Amino acid sequence: MRLTCPLCGERDRREFYYYGAEDFLRRPEAEAPLADWDNYLHLRDNPAGVTRDLWYHEAGCSQWLLVTRNTVTHEISGVELVAERKA
Amino acid sequence: MRYSGLKVITEGLFGNKGWTPAWRDPAPKAEYDVVIIGGGGHGLSTAYYLAKNHGITNVAVLEKGYLGGGNVGRNTTIVRANYFLPGNSEFYSHSLKLWEGLEADLNYNVMHSQRGLINLFHSDGQRDAFARRGNAMINQGDDAVLLDREGVREHLPYLDFEQTRFPIYGGLLHPRGGSARHDAVAWGYARGADRRGVDLIQNCEVTGIDIENGVVRGVQTTRGAIRAKKVAIVVAGRSSQVAAMAGMRLPIESHVLQAFVTEGLKPVINHVVSFGMGHFYISQSDKGGLVFGGDLDFYASYAARGNLPMVEHVMEAGMTLMPMIGRAKVLRSWGGIMDMSPDGSPVIDKTHVEGLFLDCGWNYGGFKAVPASGWCMAHLMATGESHEVARKFRLDRFATGHLLDEEGTGSQHNLH
Ligand SMILES: Cc1cc2nc3c(=O)[nH]c(=O)nc-3n(C[C@H](O)[C@H](O)[C@H](O)COP(=O)(O)OP(=O)(O)OC[C@H]3O[C@@H](n4cnc5c(N)ncnc54)[C@H](O)[C@@H]3O)c2cc1C
Ligand SMILES: [Zn+2]
Repeated sequence: MRLTCPLCGERDRREFYYYGAEDFLRRPEAEAPLADWDNYLHLRDNPAGVTRDLWYHEAGCSQWLLVTRNTVTHEISGVELVAERKA
Repeated sequence: MRYSGLKVITEGLFGNKGWTPAWRDPAPKAEYDVVIIGGGGHGLSTAYYLAKNHGITNVAVLEKGYLGGGNVGRNTTIVRANYFLPGNSEFYSHSLKLWEGLEADLNYNVMHSQRGLINLFHSDGQRDAFARRGNAMINQGDDAVLLDREGVREHLPYLDFEQTRFPIYGGLLHPRGGSARHDAVAWGYARGADRRGVDLIQNCEVTGIDIENGVVRGVQTTRGAIRAKKVAIVVAGRSSQVAAMAGMRLPIESHVLQAFVTEGLKPVINHVVSFGMGHFYISQSDKGGLVFGGDLDFYASYAARGNLPMVEHVMEAGMTLMPMIGRAKVLRSWGGIMDMSPDGSPVIDKTHVEGLFLDCGWNYGGFKAVPASGWCMAHLMATGESHEVARKFRLDRFATGHLLDEEGTGSQHNLH
């Protein structure tokens, strides 16, 4: 498996650290209800098919990436920089 | 048909013509008292104990593929009771006791072999942690022996003790730990359930769960609608999809875990050996193949195959620990889909829908749990109360903060 980093180009999977589903981008406020925190930390759609998740280009540009990929075929259809994503 | 040594001999003498199928192949009925979704180890053992312990026999197990085609037939078969946290400790202890009587109970040879499990450690801090874990195991009534380096050498003389990255300081020996034949566990429970009247229905995928006014009424399947008073979701890696049919969003992320087996060799590895620092563990099957594996591929996946980096990593770790295996040829590798929970512990609980029950979140440790999970799930479904050894496996523990984080790695599904 290879990911195409917007900054570094196509790179080996081993250069990246996988964090989890894009839910991690929606961090609740510290004072948000507990249900919001449960949702953020624990609950997942976990689709068998297209998903979006967070990868860190650890051995490259040190950028967080939002990757669109298929969990059944491992096909990757998009990689964008978290820093530049449109909400 | 009861199996026995005498039966094997007489059948051998008369051309093996008298064997009958181990279970029936019934068509689904229109209605059951209990429908269990998923014919893996946990679904089959749930059906078995519903019938055996609670006399509930109007039960169907619905399996989308064939019995034993999921993780129960893909795992590396380690059976152990070396957990530390209250909640996990008593559950796995109960499971190991059930394993010890399983063959007699099922009248089926599951090749349970208590050959001893050794977890290696490589630093003073790790030794302290293992001593503490060993004490917890002993307090639970199970067995543990802390071995120093020479103690490990007596058991495992073939390890590379001097490796520079992770020199071996010692190990925690769990003498009652070991392995079993995975397919036989599925088949033994299947046959036991069938003999008590349970219908095992294969090639029957559940596509919907019927709910009226908050009460479960049955399921939709590729073989038609089936009504049921109670329904259990016991589908391991597919838990999120099936629970979504009942409007639930689970604390589960599915990940692929790979395993490997070599050609058959003469006996060389007598124990189950685990090398946590290198993410590698190994045992030798009774057929002679070295069965080994490592960690998850680490990204969410439903492909029952993994990627090459983890293959390479596992091989490297194996060579670091025991260079003697370097000439063995790997015959096969495969992957299974793990239902990873955010604290690494499972769920055996009711749901917000009356009559709908959930058994999931087994991560990569659900094979040894097959007996106790079925036992406790059957108890819950029959009595409406959690079994005392599964009390902490609640679905709401994530929301309430009562996590059972055995490894202390935090709320990231792939780190357990
Ligand atoms: C490589 C590997 C190594 C492992 N090693 C160990 C180990 O050493 N020790 C240990 O304790 N555990 C181990 N495990 C974990 C263990 O195998 C699992 O936790 C356990 O088998 C999961 O429970 P199960 O047997 O019920 O799952 P499965 O056998 O996967 O059963 C679930 C069943 O549900 C069916 N299903 C899914 N969706 C539907 C539907 N919609 N309708 C009908 N049926 C459906 C599936 O087809 C499947 O047969 C390992 C797993 C893997 C993959
Ligand atoms: Zn990059």
